[in-house]
Amino acid sequence: MSLFRRFFPHPLLTVLLTLVWLMLVNRFSWNSVIFGFLLGVFIPFVIRPYWPNNPRISSPLKVARYIGVVIYDIFVANVTVAYQILFMRVDALQPAWISVPLRLRTPEAITTLAATITLTPGTVSCDLSSEGHNLLVHCLHAPDPDAVIQEIIDRYESRLMEIFE
Amino acid sequence: MGEIGDILTAIFLVVGGCFGLVGSFGLIKLRDPMSRLHAPTKATTLGVGGVLIASLIHSFVLEGYVSVHELLITLFLFLTAPVTALFLAKAHIHRHSEEEVLPSPGKDTCWAVLDERTSRQIIDEAEYGQDE
Repeated sequence: MSLFRRFFPHPLLTVLLTLVWLMLVNRFSWNSVIFGFLLGVFIPFVIRPYWPNNPRISSPLKVARYIGVVIYDIFVANVTVAYQILFMRVDALQPAWISVPLRLRTPEAITTLAATITLTPGTVSCDLSSEGHNLLVHCLHAPDPDAVIQEIIDRYESRLMEIFE
Repeated sequence: MGEIGDILTAIFLVVGGCFGLVGSFGLIKLRDPMSRLHAPTKATTLGVGGVLIASLIHSFVLEGYVSVHELLITLFLFLTAPVTALFLAKAHIHRHSEEEVLPSPGKDTCWAVLDERTSRQIIDEAEYGQDE
């Protein structure tokens, strides 16, 4: 392990924590930059035993596009679910459990996918299978469960594959 | 300028409030616990989002400074909402053992909540499997 890695196990996390601290302070000053940086060094150092491996992210452009897609989907999801709650009869809703096969292997990528699924249209990710090859998802209204599985794979998983692996 | 700011703030507050109300209404209307989980995780995201955008516009137009706290709240909300939903769902599966309702976990043994083995045992088995 190089000296740099020893002091900065997660360089991106260090930058992110410094930024978050600056945003918490809500006013720019060099004092808060330094304090934020100290936090950014200290916290990754403490949590290193629990987060040993480092996710490799291929291109920032793809990350930005992914975030854009997810934010757009969150808007659509909110409107869809609001419509289903307000105007559909409870008997007409068809809740379903689906099992999504995962090609992703890195824990960070699977976490991102699970969080995305929970935040987007009518789906909540509920559990991972015991060896981590499948994701259990609950749908609020899914007349065609296979189409939902295919949409999750095409829309999110393939993009995450490009970003993380 | 001040008036436009007022109007925009009001619009976003009302939109946010409506989504919050719909989310809470969903809790009453939907029947089973798993469906109820959908209402607070979705409809409220935009509910809180609307209020935050209103606050952002208010502080920018009427008080003349950019506040980034709203962005942080959004970030924390997006990080924590899925975790809460996941925990609720896992607790539900664990308490109401409805294994026959759940779909098959593919090539794995079972879903993680229903697994009786400890994580140490699972790692040992996986390593044993690789040696062969």
